[in-house]
Amino acid sequence: MNLYVLLKMVPDTVEELNVAADGKSLDAEFLRFKLNDPDEHALEQALLLKEKHGGKVTVVALDAPEVDDVLYTALAKGADRAVKIPISQAALGTIATAKVLTDFFRSPGRQITPDTLLLPGSYAIDDLEGELAPLLAAALNLPFVGVVCGVTAADGKVLVRKEFAGGLRAEFEVALPAVLGIQSAEKPPRYVPVAKVRAVMKSAKIEEADLSPPDRPMHLEIERAYKPEAAGHAQILEGPPEEVADKIVEVLAKNSVI
Amino acid sequence: MSNAILVLAEQVRGELSDITFEMLGAARALAQNTGVPVHAAVLGGEAAPLASKLGAADKVFVADAPQLNLAPADTLAAALKALLERTGAGLVFLGCTNVSLGVGSILAARTGLPLVNFCRALKADGTTLVCTSQLFGGKILADVKLGDSRGIVCLYPGAFPVDAGKSDKSPAVEKVDLPVEPPKVTFKQYLEPETGDVDITKQTVLVGVGRGIQTQDNVQLAEELAQALGGAVCASRPVIDQGWLPLSRQVGKSGMTVKPRVYFAFGISGAPEHWEGMQNSQCIIAVNTDPKAPIFDGAHYGVVGDALDLLPVLTEKVKARKG
Repeated sequence: MNLYVLLKMVPDTVEELNVAADGKSLDAEFLRFKLNDPDEHALEQALLLKEKHGGKVTVVALDAPEVDDVLYTALAKGADRAVKIPISQAALGTIATAKVLTDFFRSPGRQITPDTLLLPGSYAIDDLEGELAPLLAAALNLPFVGVVCGVTAADGKVLVRKEFAGGLRAEFEVALPAVLGIQSAEKPPRYVPVAKVRAVMKSAKIEEADLSPPDRPMHLEIERAYKPEAAGHAQILEGPPEEVADKIVEVLAKNSVI
Repeated sequence: MSNAILVLAEQVRGELSDITFEMLGAARALAQNTGVPVHAAVLGGEAAPLASKLGAADKVFVADAPQLNLAPADTLAAALKALLERTGAGLVFLGCTNVSLGVGSILAARTGLPLVNFCRALKADGTTLVCTSQLFGGKILADVKLGDSRGIVCLYPGAFPVDAGKSDKSPAVEKVDLPVEPPKVTFKQYLEPETGDVDITKQTVLVGVGRGIQTQDNVQLAEELAQALGGAVCASRPVIDQGWLPLSRQVGKSGMTVKPRVYFAFGISGAPEHWEGMQNSQCIIAVNTDPKAPIFDGAHYGVVGDALDLLPVLTEKVKARKG
């Protein structure tokens, strides 16, 4: 199988996010980036498929802070090729990102083959304009399933499991080539030691794909971005653990659970 | 200005989901200000009997082709596009749910209508519709304007009241034949939820754990508290994805919706996907090292600190209290 994993860097929400002076975008100063969670699972799912059925895994990402580390880590985990598109992800909405990636898959040597599977994450935390996977599927006229949590390949087709709600899942058959939005891989994403990543940084190379930036970076105009004003806020219980535990026990008693 | 608001009713196995009524309520509120009619579309072989439950709509379009049951996103998008062309509706509401994921994006690509995702509030400003979306796991809100109130809006579950979309009125129902594109994706079978040893939807007390629990071994600390309280342990997605707890313990978008008397959130940041599944708990007690974690905005009680320090102490105190 010809497996492409599309990786996207997103702001790490563990850090505090602030709105920039323009009142519309994120303040870049203290922003830290990490790989979008579902994308990490998409990579794992691709590696699992390769191990089981053979093939080649190519990871593709637009330019973003710390993206090289992520691409080298993917290679250290077992991806065969890493491609960076030197167009900054930062100002692009999902539609423009899908446009760049559509161009990528229409460029010489990268066309979709009958055994191609494109694996973006099912969603990203900044998907204001929609999700990448269905937009890419629409542009490339490929079948699409999202919220995928398992893939099995057989005879030029894949059986994919999609999550609904309440633990309910359903199985769908999809002919290749196709786009699958991965929510979670069948196994937790593998860990790779830093030493191995460092070794890969010395021996492997990130390829660059030369493409034109999109005409319209955003298709929606954000009028105003702001931090949510909480309707309420938790009553904070303070003190050392002993004291806090006593206060919680009172709350539990008040709610008649002890 | 859009001629009508079209709401795609969401159903799985012949049952309408809450989001359907949340969307209808939101559409109704908007219709009151703008005077445009509310249309609902219900698709699939199980659609016809559901139409009568959509009384909050002025008109319900029923397309009962069985091929539209759990149809792939592009097939649904093609059917909706045909309905938009037929009715002149220019504003579409979809659920920001696993069931509908992708339908909006493909419909936007095919119609050229703008799409606003993750929407939690709507306001009419003259002929413009202002949508407020939550981004970055709920840490930032963004206001986006849809000119002429035309576009596709994906509404976040739990953000709009369910009751506002319920009505005893009998809506006008029109049966429609919508095009069914030959599907490129075929439904094979349902995979039933794993039945775990405990049903977390039936517990009085739930001890929820998230990323902040750090290791599989630490889950045991939560298990001990749950046992002392006669409750059960559940988790947010990252813990389930690590395989530290079975799928039957997942709370949130893909997992269960729970309403216990007391819900503990240990090391759970409160991302919208998790909040969706436990927001209606009677009392929420959150413990997190990050004082700005969104979970504190919705919880009743909060502790800024390490769950791992508090858990053993709390378990002992509970045991002592119970004697």
